[in-house]
Amino acid sequence: MCTTFHRTGQALPALRDVSFSVSQGEVLGLVGESGSGKSVTLRSIIGLARRYGNVTGQVRWQGRDLVGMPDRALRQIQGREIAMIFQEPMTSLNPLLTVGLQLEETLHAHTDLSKVARRDRAIEMLNLVGIPSAKQRLKDYPHQFSGGMRQRVMIAIALAATPKLLLADEPTTALDVTIQAQILDLILQLAQDMDMGVVLVTHDLGVVAQTCDNVAVMYAGRIVEQGPVRGVLKHPRHPYTVGLMRSVPENLPPRTSLYSVPGVPPSLDALPRGCAFAPRCAACVASCEQDRPPLSLITEGRQVACFNPVTNEQGNAA
Amino acid sequence: MSDAIFTPTQPTFMQRALRKPGFVAGLLIIGFSIMLAVFPGVFAPYDPNAIDYLALRQPPSWAHPFGTDLLGRDSLSRVIWAYQVNMQMAVFGTVFALVTGVIIGALVGYYRGIADLIFGRIVDAVITFPFLVLVIAVVAVLGPGLVNMYIAISVVYWVYYARLMRGEVIAQMGNDYAAAGIVMGYSDRRIIFRHLLPNAITPVIVYWMTDMALVILLGSSLGYLGLGAQPPQSEWGVLIAEGRNFISTAWWLSLMPGIAIVVTGLGFSLLGDGLADLLRPRG
Amino acid sequence: MKSAVLQIQDLHLRFPMGRSMADVVTGRPGRVVSALNGVSLDLYRGETLGIVGESGCGKSTLARCIVRLYKPSEGEVRFDGKDIFDAAQRTDRSYNRRVQMMFQDPYSSLNPRMTTGQILAEALRVHDMRPEDGILARVAELLDLVRLPQDAQHKLPHEFSGGQRQRIAIARALAVEPEVLIADELVSALDVSVQAQVVNLLLELQSDLGLTILFVAHDLRLVRHVSNRVAVIYLGRIVEIGDSETLFSNPAHPYSQALLSAAPSLDPDDRGKATKLEGELPSPLNMPPGCPFHARCRHASEICKQQVPALLPFEGRGEVACHHVEEINAHA
Repeated sequence: MCTTFHRTGQALPALRDVSFSVSQGEVLGLVGESGSGKSVTLRSIIGLARRYGNVTGQVRWQGRDLVGMPDRALRQIQGREIAMIFQEPMTSLNPLLTVGLQLEETLHAHTDLSKVARRDRAIEMLNLVGIPSAKQRLKDYPHQFSGGMRQRVMIAIALAATPKLLLADEPTTALDVTIQAQILDLILQLAQDMDMGVVLVTHDLGVVAQTCDNVAVMYAGRIVEQGPVRGVLKHPRHPYTVGLMRSVPENLPPRTSLYSVPGVPPSLDALPRGCAFAPRCAACVASCEQDRPPLSLITEGRQVACFNPVTNEQGNAA
Repeated sequence: MSDAIFTPTQPTFMQRALRKPGFVAGLLIIGFSIMLAVFPGVFAPYDPNAIDYLALRQPPSWAHPFGTDLLGRDSLSRVIWAYQVNMQMAVFGTVFALVTGVIIGALVGYYRGIADLIFGRIVDAVITFPFLVLVIAVVAVLGPGLVNMYIAISVVYWVYYARLMRGEVIAQMGNDYAAAGIVMGYSDRRIIFRHLLPNAITPVIVYWMTDMALVILLGSSLGYLGLGAQPPQSEWGVLIAEGRNFISTAWWLSLMPGIAIVVTGLGFSLLGDGLADLLRPRG
Repeated sequence: MKSAVLQIQDLHLRFPMGRSMADVVTGRPGRVVSALNGVSLDLYRGETLGIVGESGCGKSTLARCIVRLYKPSEGEVRFDGKDIFDAAQRTDRSYNRRVQMMFQDPYSSLNPRMTTGQILAEALRVHDMRPEDGILARVAELLDLVRLPQDAQHKLPHEFSGGQRQRIAIARALAVEPEVLIADELVSALDVSVQAQVVNLLLELQSDLGLTILFVAHDLRLVRHVSNRVAVIYLGRIVEIGDSETLFSNPAHPYSQALLSAAPSLDPDDRGKATKLEGELPSPLNMPPGCPFHARCRHASEICKQQVPALLPFEGRGEVACHHVEEINAHA
């Protein structure tokens, strides 16, 4: 299984030339700051971005292209083969329907199970995501669940139809750390058991370090660096990745000044001609302002979009 | 060092307003209505009270676009002069309720407590009682006439404004700028009137616009029933009442003031809708 | 150096939930949410005290009590030796000047209809910080202080980014020349690189102006970075308090240990090393008796279910509220 996509937008280019692939059982992290395009990427895959923008390029899903696919056909894939969970477990469940009803609704839409079988499957799903006394809780409304439990319910609904790819948009950002750890564990466990690919969007590099196999770092609508998590986080090659890593206060003398990348991210309607990061970059060379560096392979499995990437040694020092 | 992404140019309030056709139409209608109300003599072709026995109940014509009434008075001129009374209604019938309602609503919403409980009971009492019956009852006690009608409406209507304002203030209290004001040691008066009120008042203003249309309708109804403006004063309700016995032979007598009510009402509604959009804080 | 500016003693805060019809019919008493259950701590002059805990643990409630947004049900907060909730002190607005608070949400803590200049000038005028003709100059100074451009004065809050709004909020707090700053999740809503800028600013201002800071946050790395001392709160009680570096590198209370270990490390090699905490925060509506943490604690025994452990000094590290602190840390 392979998902690859290329895309270019025009009017307000939220994303430019984003390409990556996820294979079965793989967890890919998409990191970046707000406005970097990580959520838009996710929404483009599943067709949610269609309503408010132009998506061009290709999203190859099991041999078919999702971008050119008519809405009707896409419906068949949404939820059944590709599922999505959102940041706000509070607002992504319908407050007026019981959790059981919402679960069965999904099953009704995507499976041929009978009414009784759907109910059994709903209980099974709630058990699977670790909700105690699942049978009784089917009758409960979303507000009767805590934040962490609600996110579990969301996961149960998303996975009810045993999708092959899970898109997770900041699934733990609204949760406390101890609950976050539980939910991430759950997602990883289920991905492994169901042999499912996961794209995890987050702004937290720690979450990436602890859960993902591969990571793509996004800046101003482009992927600037991608590769295996260990490699990217331990030896970042793109100056932006280095800056991002350094602004997290870890292993620093206390109460000293924190590193922060100078300047501000460019607004999407005023992107510089060359590399979008060039105006803030200390390692900027002449060609950076002229041309946009392509995302190119530098070592095995490692891609960086930079004319003057940080060397391994410098990366270590950061 | 700064972390801004400034949007290049912010359109001004006027620029945004002019892009809304509904708002512009409402503004034109109400603007023109105000002109008619302030300078009826300039726009009315005849004296509204000039009796012409040679032209009784004439249908619309070039000389009399809205026709003439049973005493030969020019209907157009009477409808135009009625603007003075009906627009005055829209203002005086609402403004006292607006001001009292906003102040009481803001205070009750800010302090809550026992005052809020009492207020809640008043709201229940007023809202469950049919409004028109209540106003008619007050007018019946005080006697017919415009001033008594204003008093009757205001006595009841402030409750609706106060209820709306209270809800808005409570919602605004959920924003930290109110808490920040308390922490800064600002006086309650400053927090209520300088911080909460300007942010809470938008829906009230929008409601006020609709309310002015409603009050014109109510005033005309009372005029029609003989409880509001008194003949020979030109007022739309009075004019409609005068024509009601001739509806099959002289339809224009009731229809023309009716259209004036509809158009003015529409103007206020469009204005209210447009303001609701424009006054919403951005960002 | 160690003189306490603020002394908080045995602070309790309970919110009545109101009685439902069913409660009234069955004669049940109204339910009560206990947000704070006896918090005591001293804030020393010039220090930064970090307060960490999960949502609903009472850390924000504590901050709001200190600035009198909430009135505690029991206990006292002493500033300069006087209880700020005394009838005589309650009307004293100089307390509001000397102890300032900054809020989490940069989108709601500024009045959307006032320009930055108006917001700052208002603070200066209300507290008579400058004569009328000195106000403009002071507003300019304040903008410089928080590194905002001078033209920011004429702009409305919605024209700024989140980080800039927090700078305005800081400037507003500093306008009245306070001694104590309460920062309630000041940078939680910001991106990491912007967070870094605001935190740097705060640290700089603290050393320049000699401020005392209470830094409430759920981001443990950040708290570790800015604080001298840290208090860990669980269900309205302090479970551990002590020197920041010691506590973070060697937490003694089982909850502190679990909390710190749950924070995802930046090092992919640490994967799987975290000790996972089972269960969720119990609802403050039905507080379990005994130690608030016993339901989730691996080390819980009979005594933990019955007796609330006292916050006691432990091996010169700080204070810990745990019945089994010695055994837990003996074989650790």
